[in-house]
Amino acid sequence: MASATPVDDEATLVAQLRAGDEAAFEQVVRTYGGRLLAVARRIVGSEEDARDAVQDAFLNAFRSLDRFEGNAKLSTWLHRIVVNASLMKLRTRKRKPEQSIETLLPAFLDDGHHQERFKSWEEPVDKLMERAENRDLVRRQIDALPEGYRTVLVLRDIEGLDTEETADVLGLSVNATKIRLHRARQALRTLLAPHFRSAAS
Amino acid sequence: MKCRELAEFLNDYVSGELPIESRTHFEFHLSKCKNCHEYMVQYEVTVRAGKIACEDPDETIEVPEELIKAVLAARQKP
Repeated sequence: MASATPVDDEATLVAQLRAGDEAAFEQVVRTYGGRLLAVARRIVGSEEDARDAVQDAFLNAFRSLDRFEGNAKLSTWLHRIVVNASLMKLRTRKRKPEQSIETLLPAFLDDGHHQERFKSWEEPVDKLMERAENRDLVRRQIDALPEGYRTVLVLRDIEGLDTEETADVLGLSVNATKIRLHRARQALRTLLAPHFRSAAS
Repeated sequence: MKCRELAEFLNDYVSGELPIESRTHFEFHLSKCKNCHEYMVQYEVTVRAGKIACEDPDETIEVPEELIKAVLAARQKP
């Protein structure tokens, strides 16, 4: 089985795709499919919808190869297409009942102070994220967020959609979208804290 | 301003959407309250960590063989 290999000559690969070279199509799917599947999973949540989105994305991409501009990166172009395919899945999906996130939000005393004393984290963020195990940990904690919150966080903070676009895709009000994003970030902080807390403090 | 309110409006503060008057109260509280300051730092680190983690080019994900086959088969359909 051919494994995913980095593509060092995109221009040649794109030319082969345009010429209808079957092996080139397979190479593209093997090389970029995993990454696109990860992006789709984070947005849509379900494995079935994620695979559908990836399939739709590749088919759309293959049909519109003439619109691919040579100076763009193939990976960036495919990324944009799979995000759109994933958004389409979200738009056509039935809304699920909202899951509770309360236990992951900060708790307060009657006088309005935080219940918890926050211990500082061991290293600056760029240092923390230099380690592959920490990047993996953060991705797993994002996956652990309640569905409706994870989606908002991924669309806003990872994929860079604005509040209005996100609200529109999810059928939420702008205000509800803002509140969800804020809660999702707070919940993610709660999930990361035990791992990133400095042992010394 | 209480810690509770500060936590509630943190997203507006970090995105620069807090009106100037609330901003002043907010910053006054932050200057006195180490705990809220630490909370805000971690909130911002969380956002950045999420972004870095999900844009990780080294994230390795297997492409299921059946997905590859499905894509290639669907492409050949007229």
